[in-house]
Amino acid sequence: MEENEKMKETAAQAETENAEISAQETDAENAEVSAQEAETGDPADNAQEAENAGEAGSADDEESGDEEKKEKKGFFARLMEGLAKTRDSFRKSFNALFSGFSQIDDDFYDELEELLITSDIGVETTMKIIDDLKEKVKEQHIKKPEECRQLVIDGIKEQMRTAPAEYDFENEKSVVLVIGVNGVGKTTTIGKLAAQYRKRHKKVILAAADTFRAAAAEQLTIWAKRAKVDIVAGQEGSDPASVIYDAIAAAKSRKADILICDTAGRLHNKKNLMNELAKISRVIDREYPEARRENLIVLDGTTGQNALVQAREFKQAADITGIILTKLDGTAKGGIAIAIQSELGVPVKYIGVGEKIEDLQKFDADAFVDALFAD
Amino acid sequence: MAFESLTEKLQNAFRNLRSKGKLTEADVKASLKEVKMALLEADVNYKVVKQFVKSVEERAVGQEVIKSLTPGQTMIKIVDDELTQLMGGEMTELKLKPQDQVTVIMMAGIQGAGKTTTSAKLAGQFKAKGRKPLLVACDVYRPAAIKQLEVNGEKVGVEVFSMGDKKNPVKIAEESIRYAQDKGFNVVLLDTAGRLQVDEEMMQELADIQAAIQVDYTIFVVDAMTGQDAVNVAKTFNEKIEIDGVILTKLDGDTRGGAALSIRAVTGKPILYVGMGEKLEDLQQFHPDRMASRILGMGDVLTLIDKATAEIDEEKAREMTAKMRKAQFTYNDLLDSMQQIRNMGGVNDILSMVPGMSTQLKGAQVDESQMGRIEAIIGSMTPEEREHPELMNPSRKKRIAAGSGVTIAEVNKLAKTLDQMKSIMKQMNGGGMKNFAKRGRFRFPFSF
Repeated sequence: MEENEKMKETAAQAETENAEISAQETDAENAEVSAQEAETGDPADNAQEAENAGEAGSADDEESGDEEKKEKKGFFARLMEGLAKTRDSFRKSFNALFSGFSQIDDDFYDELEELLITSDIGVETTMKIIDDLKEKVKEQHIKKPEECRQLVIDGIKEQMRTAPAEYDFENEKSVVLVIGVNGVGKTTTIGKLAAQYRKRHKKVILAAADTFRAAAAEQLTIWAKRAKVDIVAGQEGSDPASVIYDAIAAAKSRKADILICDTAGRLHNKKNLMNELAKISRVIDREYPEARRENLIVLDGTTGQNALVQAREFKQAADITGIILTKLDGTAKGGIAIAIQSELGVPVKYIGVGEKIEDLQKFDADAFVDALFAD
Repeated sequence: MAFESLTEKLQNAFRNLRSKGKLTEADVKASLKEVKMALLEADVNYKVVKQFVKSVEERAVGQEVIKSLTPGQTMIKIVDDELTQLMGGEMTELKLKPQDQVTVIMMAGIQGAGKTTTSAKLAGQFKAKGRKPLLVACDVYRPAAIKQLEVNGEKVGVEVFSMGDKKNPVKIAEESIRYAQDKGFNVVLLDTAGRLQVDEEMMQELADIQAAIQVDYTIFVVDAMTGQDAVNVAKTFNEKIEIDGVILTKLDGDTRGGAALSIRAVTGKPILYVGMGEKLEDLQQFHPDRMASRILGMGDVLTLIDKATAEIDEEKAREMTAKMRKAQFTYNDLLDSMQQIRNMGGVNDILSMVPGMSTQLKGAQVDESQMGRIEAIIGSMTPEEREHPELMNPSRKKRIAAGSGVTIAEVNKLAKTLDQMKSIMKQMNGGGMKNFAKRGRFRFPFSF
């Protein structure tokens, strides 16, 4: 019964939406879309494309080769640039630590502890890193602080060791649920992701399921226009699960590659809001089982130890497969990424280091640590 | 997060120290490590922690232990006092100019701190106090930010001044003042775009607004969950645009909110309001002493005591205690105590204030609708059944379930809960009460 009603609703809504969207689309865009459709029609081509994208930038696709090469070259540089403010202060104190001490004593460890804790790595993970270091120092009879430098870097990398972040969902039919507390940058991040996927010729649909915050759907709509992707939105105050339901229907009928769902910001200790999230999650499971599921939690890089609690609580409502860490272009060290990977074992998949679309980047723990410490 | 409350940690650290006249240096040192860790886990800035610990140490060594307190409690009191002191001691109010003049307030902060939402709430509160506030949309960068302010403005019934997103924010601010003067508004709230403190250009924009118009208060809006970097952000904002006060948002999460302490210590500027929820009235004035307790994970005992003394009927309380002692707890008593809890603002409100409780019960938020169901179940019992829980049998349960529209399982659960409560009371009477009190832990007689 309910289902039937929903279906009717969906149909009605889809009609109005379609009208809206076609009004939005420019002629040039339409041409582009059909060209892309023709391309994806060929299975061999399709496979080739997926493979290329899967190789994370080993650019040999003739069409987008140049662009990708540039991207690859620029990646580390941009990461360094984005993290510039973060790096400078951190590296300075890091270097001072090793050159400032003539021997490894309690003061040295205290200073190291301060450095790590002020990076939001957290007390627990910091202690782990320091205990590890102490052990190695003893084992290897290390006398000079300078010799500890690499050990500390390795120790941090060790703490970040998790299952490798997988990005397969980017190349399969998938549904990405984006969740997090208020004000972390979910909508903005989705806008950037959509633009990036669209650039790689993916058919993207956005679901504006933040029906709570005033103008959240408008904000996402503007992003959708910028990225030239479709969007499915509901009324403010309507049930977010129903928006998701409609969006899934749209994704199926329009043969979307990636459906990205925006959700309202919710504090993880609000039980009913977390229940609402669990409901959204169930709707996706039930209505779109054929799509690969990706649940990304967005965390504000300036958040302190509470980010751990957030990640843990959200994990219970919807099994988190990855983390997006935003606002790392400030002076926050983003050490919380280390704490989370260490304590929860959930990989960070993207980080945001600036306002531009390409400032949202895939995350590589080793590169991140190297970028923090490299000279 | 296994944040054991500092209160418990300190109690443990001092377990073996009893009836000493004075706090010795060794005692203090041992407990200070716990204090330090608790503060760091609460995201208080490392440097602030170091300094704080030092000043506590100076004050604590040689301190006499007051008779009624244990050494641990004495230490907690010192820490709490010092924290409150550091947090500014007393509540600070935002003073508006007389009604016939325009007070200009500019909101500033990094992205996602909650400036737009807070602006609207603040405007709503001014309006409720009989002011004529005007909200001004100076965020021309974030998509749909203006629309968000307009919707929020409408919700609180406050007009929003906007010139679209093509105009310069400085220009918008100037025009809005003119508009306010013309139309008789007397509080102007400028909602500016979020910006990182390292973004020179954007920071300059705020300084330009300050130069162009007379801003009476520049308020720094900051997310209570901010980590170690809070000091850098606050310091830079204060250096570049000299802030007058701080609003702490999202404090209704379970963060300890150590950022508040860091910001206060670094800028010396008062915290004016805290955001405790989505509703208009959830923007509350800031109480330094209560924040101190929160950071320490001690629960908001003061508020609880305030509420308890105001709401609990003494006569009834005495009756209840007598019954508890005899472990004669009936459904009527349960109903009564639930009513009292309602009067005090609901279970979750109270639990969040109980020391140690906020952390122990994290996630296990009590669903208040459950209370309604329990009331319904009890409502379907006969007066006899209410006074004599032992009368309960399957056929009675079936009738009660049908009467209150619940399942038999729920009726069973309630009966079991009552039994459990009785047995807890028995334990408490069997000398357990003393231990209970001593451990400084308060166990709630409900388990839904």
